[in-house]
Amino acid sequence: MRLGLVIDLDTCVGCHACATSCKEWNTSSITAPLTDYDPYGKEPSGVWFNRIRHYEVGDYPNNKTINFPMSCMHCENAECVTVCPTGASYKRPEDGIVLVDQDKCMGCNYCSWACPYGARELDRESGTMKKCTLCVDRLYDEALPVEERKPACVLACPAHARMFGDLDDPQSTVSRAVRDRGGYALMPELNYNPTNHYLPPRTRAPVPTNDLGRPSLARKVKEWVNRVIER
Amino acid sequence: MSKAPKIEDHSKQEIKYSTCYMCACRCGIKVTIEDNRVRFIQGNRNHPINKGVLCAKGSAGIMKQCSPARLRNPLLRRPGTERGAGDFIEISWDEALDMLAKRLAHIRATDPNKLAFFTGRDQMQALTRLWAEQFGTLNWSAHGGFCSVNMAAAGLYMLGHAFWEFGDPDWDRTKYFMLWGVAEDHSSNPFKIGIEKLKSRGGKFVGINPARTGYQAVADEWVPIRPGTDAMLALSMIHVLLSRELFDWDFLVRYTNAPFLVVQTPGQKGDGLIWRDESGAPLVWDLKKEDFVSGLEPHSHPALFGEHTTPDGRTVKTVMSLLAERYLSARFAPENAAKICGVPASTIERLALEVAHIAFKESIEIDVQWTDWAGRKHDKFIGRPVSMHAMRGISAHSNGFQAARAIHLLQILLGTIDCPGGFRAKAPYPKPVPPPGKPAKRARPNTPLDAHPLGFPTAPEDLVIDESGRPLRIDKAYSWEAPIANHGLMHMVITNAVNGDPYKIDTLIFFMANMAWNSSMNTKNIQDMLRDKDENGEYKIPFLVVADAFHSETVHFADLVLPDTTYLERYDAISLLDRPISEPDAICDSIRHPLLDLDRNVRPWQEVLIDLGGRLKLPAFTHADGTPKYSGYKDFIIHYESQPGVGFLAGWRGKDGSQSLRGEPNPDQWERYIENQGFFQYHLPKAMRYFRFANKEYLDFAHEVGFNKSADPIIMELYSEAIQRFRLAGLGLYDGPQPPNAVDRERLVTYFDPLPDFYEPLEQQRIDKNEYPFFAVNQRPMMMYHSWDSQNAWLRQIIAQNYLYMNRVRGESLGIKDGSWVWVESHNGRIRVQAKLIEGCQEDTVWTWNGIGKQSGTWGLKPDAPEATQGFLMNHLISELLPAKEGERRLTNSDPITGQAAWYDLMVKVTPAAPGEEGVWPTFALVSPLPGAEAKPDILQYNTRIRKQG
Repeated sequence: MRLGLVIDLDTCVGCHACATSCKEWNTSSITAPLTDYDPYGKEPSGVWFNRIRHYEVGDYPNNKTINFPMSCMHCENAECVTVCPTGASYKRPEDGIVLVDQDKCMGCNYCSWACPYGARELDRESGTMKKCTLCVDRLYDEALPVEERKPACVLACPAHARMFGDLDDPQSTVSRAVRDRGGYALMPELNYNPTNHYLPPRTRAPVPTNDLGRPSLARKVKEWVNRVIER
Repeated sequence: MSKAPKIEDHSKQEIKYSTCYMCACRCGIKVTIEDNRVRFIQGNRNHPINKGVLCAKGSAGIMKQCSPARLRNPLLRRPGTERGAGDFIEISWDEALDMLAKRLAHIRATDPNKLAFFTGRDQMQALTRLWAEQFGTLNWSAHGGFCSVNMAAAGLYMLGHAFWEFGDPDWDRTKYFMLWGVAEDHSSNPFKIGIEKLKSRGGKFVGINPARTGYQAVADEWVPIRPGTDAMLALSMIHVLLSRELFDWDFLVRYTNAPFLVVQTPGQKGDGLIWRDESGAPLVWDLKKEDFVSGLEPHSHPALFGEHTTPDGRTVKTVMSLLAERYLSARFAPENAAKICGVPASTIERLALEVAHIAFKESIEIDVQWTDWAGRKHDKFIGRPVSMHAMRGISAHSNGFQAARAIHLLQILLGTIDCPGGFRAKAPYPKPVPPPGKPAKRARPNTPLDAHPLGFPTAPEDLVIDESGRPLRIDKAYSWEAPIANHGLMHMVITNAVNGDPYKIDTLIFFMANMAWNSSMNTKNIQDMLRDKDENGEYKIPFLVVADAFHSETVHFADLVLPDTTYLERYDAISLLDRPISEPDAICDSIRHPLLDLDRNVRPWQEVLIDLGGRLKLPAFTHADGTPKYSGYKDFIIHYESQPGVGFLAGWRGKDGSQSLRGEPNPDQWERYIENQGFFQYHLPKAMRYFRFANKEYLDFAHEVGFNKSADPIIMELYSEAIQRFRLAGLGLYDGPQPPNAVDRERLVTYFDPLPDFYEPLEQQRIDKNEYPFFAVNQRPMMMYHSWDSQNAWLRQIIAQNYLYMNRVRGESLGIKDGSWVWVESHNGRIRVQAKLIEGCQEDTVWTWNGIGKQSGTWGLKPDAPEATQGFLMNHLISELLPAKEGERRLTNSDPITGQAAWYDLMVKVTPAAPGEEGVWPTFALVSPLPGAEAKPDILQYNTRIRKQG
């Protein structure tokens, strides 16, 4: 099983709901807290598992704005795990989720240097590395309703631009979405084989306009023939 | 296998359901509480509004709950200190309310209009209105006048419903969606859900907006338009439709006033009014009878087009003929519209043809038997699956009322109103066009008003003016300057009160409105006005009361601060009497209830109003023996009835809770709501879900449950006779009040067009466009609600500074680099800000995020917070008055019809700052901390698992 996210760039409106819902779940969760520095001051910052980048492609007026959420890709070949000197970073064999054991982590940052996606963040207060857990403590919590055994970001996403599931199962919703929509993973050339995928914006066929009446410049209002319609 | 993940201990947790208040969307929330702290806020998947999802703001509610900006105690400006010095003392609630009640009792007994009570982005307008009405002051309104009254007024004077709270696109069926102007906060989650539904079905989403921000990012087509020209775009699309006979004949004949005959006697009284029979019924030309018949009778065959002569020799034309003559003129041809809108003619034509194709070639049918207003049975609803939404980008212009009407006219011509796939009404709408009820005119000592302070004028007789034509309201709503100001003009209250124009007041109460900062134009001058004293050394606004939950800039100027609760700490009714949350298929309302114990000496404003109502012995809040009628807000909501059987909450009425919508008060009503996860919904039967303006079953039902006073069909008004009556008054051709002032006469003649039209926004008519070549507008980030969320430790990490965004190529042509400091100057002032060059900006437009800039020291932020040191307000550049004109009194910078604040009419010039000129300007004095203010932590580690931290 390879659990992961599929993110739809056609509908992601860039609202940051995934980021804050992640923050609120995880700040009291298994790698709690997600520390915030100078929260009311000059340079507010903090630990986030999920950040949304916004960028433009193309020149005006043919430009497009892309909202791009990024979090841990839960790579199959997770270099962050390979480089970890303490064994704190590990990949769960049963579902592919990459986690950091907070008791073993010494905050050396090797993993964050190894991660090309910028998915790992050092909590300066705890001195440990923190990252997306895919809300593993929600996934296996039988006290939660079945529908809610999902990452917080997926539950929250108002545009349903985040799907969660098993990318190993070719029949899963996520696998099908990747197949049908030409989903792709980031930086395949690194051979990390990220689990998370992105769906590109859809292209839609033009709306036909050649099946409508032709303009009649000669026609004036007074010449309009009334139709008999019952009120 | 790895070790099992640590699963959360739920033993000390409680799950409660309530309603979000991180913006005006009012989503259902499921809140996990642990030891009186919030563990998790998520969307309630059973809730009709958000169906389980939740936005960035809603998910950051925890940080609002622990904001250091929360007020803690009632505060009094320290006697002997100056207003705006920020020197407060803490007082008890008894002291605060005794002091206020005494003052208010005197006002009420002498001249109730000396109290002005204006409320901000609250969701309890039905209660504040009732309170003001009972007090007896005309001077009440909520914030609609500076928000989006143009949308509401345009819809209610044309369709019977309107954008946002009164209507929604049919997200499940629409195939083509046009979004006009800013909308990210109106509405939030339902729109994100809807856009995804549309796109996953392969529908097309067109965004018409000078900036490619927010939802426009995922639009299939972005139409960068010049701000304030949307009416021309819509009317030019109508030109294209008319020129090809692409409109819904049946819809227009059956459901609108398009076939009504209009008197054409230019220069004479009665010109432009609907021709009526002796009973007042509008007349049409019947094609079968070849005679004039009542347009209200079923089974007639009215001619859509035509010109006739009445028996008394007057020429009459159908509305549709007038409309076609108007919009087929060359003025509206795409080539001409292109010059105004900055949108290519070919695009305008194509958009018109695309909507026509979807409406007429891809129509949809729902097989349901329904009965029309005349009792005729139909076996299907036919839908034209084009939908539209517009919001502040259209509304916040001085031509916004007519622009919103132009968009509605486009929808009506396509027959896409309340049909499958179209723009649907939400209960209690639709209402008659316009809705009944006229604004109250007379205030008397110790006496409630005899009508609501706000209503729907249809003729000059309905204005709230004295015999000499002077305004009777402090905001001049319903005066000749803003005749159908249905939501008041909150943005004018401070200016008018300080100028004593039309009169002086004594006490001004603001609830939840940041009028000393981002909710006022001309911020710096407004702050000066609040400090302004008369020749006797008395403040021109003698007593300013601010009720708010947070330390806003306006709190700083208060004489008395009444601290409110947060949305997780109080009871609230989100009522059908107020700003409804219904869905097109279901009538809905909801509640909030206290999820957390209070840890501060604060009171819900609702409770304070009920308390004051009792102290002041306002009849609705007092027994005959003078004792208070209600023990508090909860008790009030249970028992108050606006008409027999109709109260604030529609669910579980009747003594045993068995009745919906109408029934006796139920003492257990709150408990039933809480059991049902905080909301009520009444699903309309399938036969009542469409064409409700002419759907007999629905109209009868709406009458029975008290939504409408009659079950008559609702006729859409493409042509507004009410507007024409005002124009006739301007022309001196009206038997009734006429404006004494030439300026008002000219405005009525020019702008009160019974058919929607485009005119250049008023301020722009007076500005040299060579000097000030850029349109300047505000947009709203999806993760912030107005000024509210800079106090939110998580949301401000996403955005803590705003920039001036401009088109890259255009900026570079002016020597502006990305990130460089620029001067932005308008007729009203200048600001220095940092520019960002982007592609997603129409080339004649600059814009910024609204409400990010803050005054240093407010909102629980440290003095060096970037919101204060680098963020800015565009408001400094905007005047609440139009540029002065020789021989004319100063006029409000608002829509001349509705009084809607014209925020987005601003024109500016942008020049690079000189080398060394850096930093935002102007800067404002540091606001001193309030007594007992919470410490602002340097490190925040919120974690409900550990008690002492966070």
